[in-house]
Amino acid sequence: MSAAKQRERDVLALPWFWLALFVLAPLLIVLAISISTATYGAPPLEMFVHWKDGHTIFNINFDNYALLGSDSLYLRGFLNSIGIAFETTVLCLLIGYPMAYVMARAPERIQPLLVMGIVLPFWTSSLIRVYAWIGILKENGLLNGFLIKLGLIHDPLVILNTPVAVQIGMVYSYLPFLVLPLFATLQKLDWTLLEAAADLGAKPWSAFFRVTLPLSWPGTMAGALLVFVPASGEYLIPELLGSAKLPMISTVLWTEFFANRDWPVASAIAVVLLLILAVPLFLVQGRQGAEGRV
Amino acid sequence: MAPLIRLEGLTKRFGETVAVEDVSLDIEAGDLFGLLGASGSGKTTLLRLLGGFETPTAGRVLIDGVDVTDMPPYERPTNMMFQSYALFPHMTVAKNIAFGLKQAKVSGSESASRVEEALELVKLGGLGGRKPSQLSGGQRQRVALARALVLKPKVLLLDEPLSALDKKLREHTQFELMKLQDQLGITFVMVTHDQEEAMAMCCKIAIMDQGRVIEQGTPRTIYERPRSRFVADFIGSANILEAEPAGPGRVVLTGLGVTCATGETLEAKGWIALRPERISLSTAPAAGGPWPSGVIEAIAFHGDFQAYKVRLDGGAEVRVATAHVPGDPEPGDRAWLSWPADAPVVLTH
Repeated sequence: MSAAKQRERDVLALPWFWLALFVLAPLLIVLAISISTATYGAPPLEMFVHWKDGHTIFNINFDNYALLGSDSLYLRGFLNSIGIAFETTVLCLLIGYPMAYVMARAPERIQPLLVMGIVLPFWTSSLIRVYAWIGILKENGLLNGFLIKLGLIHDPLVILNTPVAVQIGMVYSYLPFLVLPLFATLQKLDWTLLEAAADLGAKPWSAFFRVTLPLSWPGTMAGALLVFVPASGEYLIPELLGSAKLPMISTVLWTEFFANRDWPVASAIAVVLLLILAVPLFLVQGRQGAEGRV
Repeated sequence: MAPLIRLEGLTKRFGETVAVEDVSLDIEAGDLFGLLGASGSGKTTLLRLLGGFETPTAGRVLIDGVDVTDMPPYERPTNMMFQSYALFPHMTVAKNIAFGLKQAKVSGSESASRVEEALELVKLGGLGGRKPSQLSGGQRQRVALARALVLKPKVLLLDEPLSALDKKLREHTQFELMKLQDQLGITFVMVTHDQEEAMAMCCKIAIMDQGRVIEQGTPRTIYERPRSRFVADFIGSANILEAEPAGPGRVVLTGLGVTCATGETLEAKGWIALRPERISLSTAPAAGGPWPSGVIEAIAFHGDFQAYKVRLDGGAEVRVATAHVPGDPEPGDRAWLSWPADAPVVLTH
């Protein structure tokens, strides 16, 4: 083996080590807990394989998974979470794509300023930023006050603690994750291609759908996944802006873990959520890999 | 016959800078017209104004009698071959070529046969399934050409079509482009900074400088009868000497006291241009003088000719390209210039 190959392997060892220690190992632990049995004690569970009186006892317990199927609470939680994550992704795309497009076409000297504008909110804690929305959305909050003052409405709108409020908070929080990768892709786009499309008879919309959109597809998908995946597991925003009538899978998981002290069920929820998210992701990636890079 | 393209007082400003200034130009149908100029002369902006990628600050563009000044590119009867080729990287060669046909809603089967035809035309038959990234530079250039030609435009605009090719391929492609133009009868308007390329390919050229068209005409008239110092100097090499009128068809060379015949009459103080290859050098005054004389400062051997640098007595430096000088003078020797009566070209500005 050449020295360069050896060095390459040494360098690659670090990320592999990192992934093994901080991704794979916790994942395996969660997986192990999800097939164990809850008991009273500390920790409040009996691992699926343990030693008792000199014997090794195997007790693989799939009841936790069966429970997820039997109680509609969990199904509603999953559907709510996936649904709102999907809506968030679509809304972020509708708002974020034009934003990224305008940023990428802006004069080069003001582009860093625009990126700064997108990144700047990250400098304050997301908790505080989401909390601030309560002040805006509540019945006697800023938004209602403003609308009443304008004379557009007479009675305050009930937004806080509704799905709408959660949606607003999610879109607001996740928009940068879509805009930034999309901006990076669009910025590299050769705009002469759009001139070529126009020259060949394509009106602006047609040129967009036939040239810009396909060429920005990798960035669009990356941005959409960066929104969809964490949005599916979002806990903070539904907790602050949502209501108990709209259980999210993250809040259900929290309740199982902290209130019910049922670690195995909480773990099973985590595993199922992971599968729901990871399987489509692998399918998309596999397809992109097969199509080859442009 | 009315010209196919007529530009009227076309001006384009980008903020403070004037890219194209008051250009009026007629281009006949079937011409291979060259816009020649150094970088920044406004030639590409002029081409982009023709294609509709820029809107003029003032003036009009007429194509085939239709005012297209405010028409977007997708409505103009022009197609452009971009300098970078601008091939769509996510589409195959065939899809690239079919792009415009699909836009024009040409049926699938007709589109396929026209794409095939266009590929054959540029000698890329069988490569329709490749992606642009799998092609060589020369092949990409052909795809760009096929993509523009497949729509049968009234005018094909070519922005530095050969600049990205290496020298050998460039010469070969020059002839192919000329042949294609002749064969298809489509009017080509080509931008180039390479004067040899423009001279070799175009039947008419316009020379641009600082946004203006300085001169236009056939390559031969522009080379042999330039009217301005800029063009005389820009096309080929020329010795430019100050001159004053000395009666009809005669000028006196300022500071040299030498009169000489010129084809045209100089009306006021001006210049004459002498091509280096039209001047003879001798070690004794030639007949029919007086002729200017000076000292040979340097001699450079070029194979088929030798270049002499002669410092005239008046101080001007003259370059002479000649195969042989009788008496084989050395640097430092005195020499006399002479030229045939039709060699000096009168320059008025």
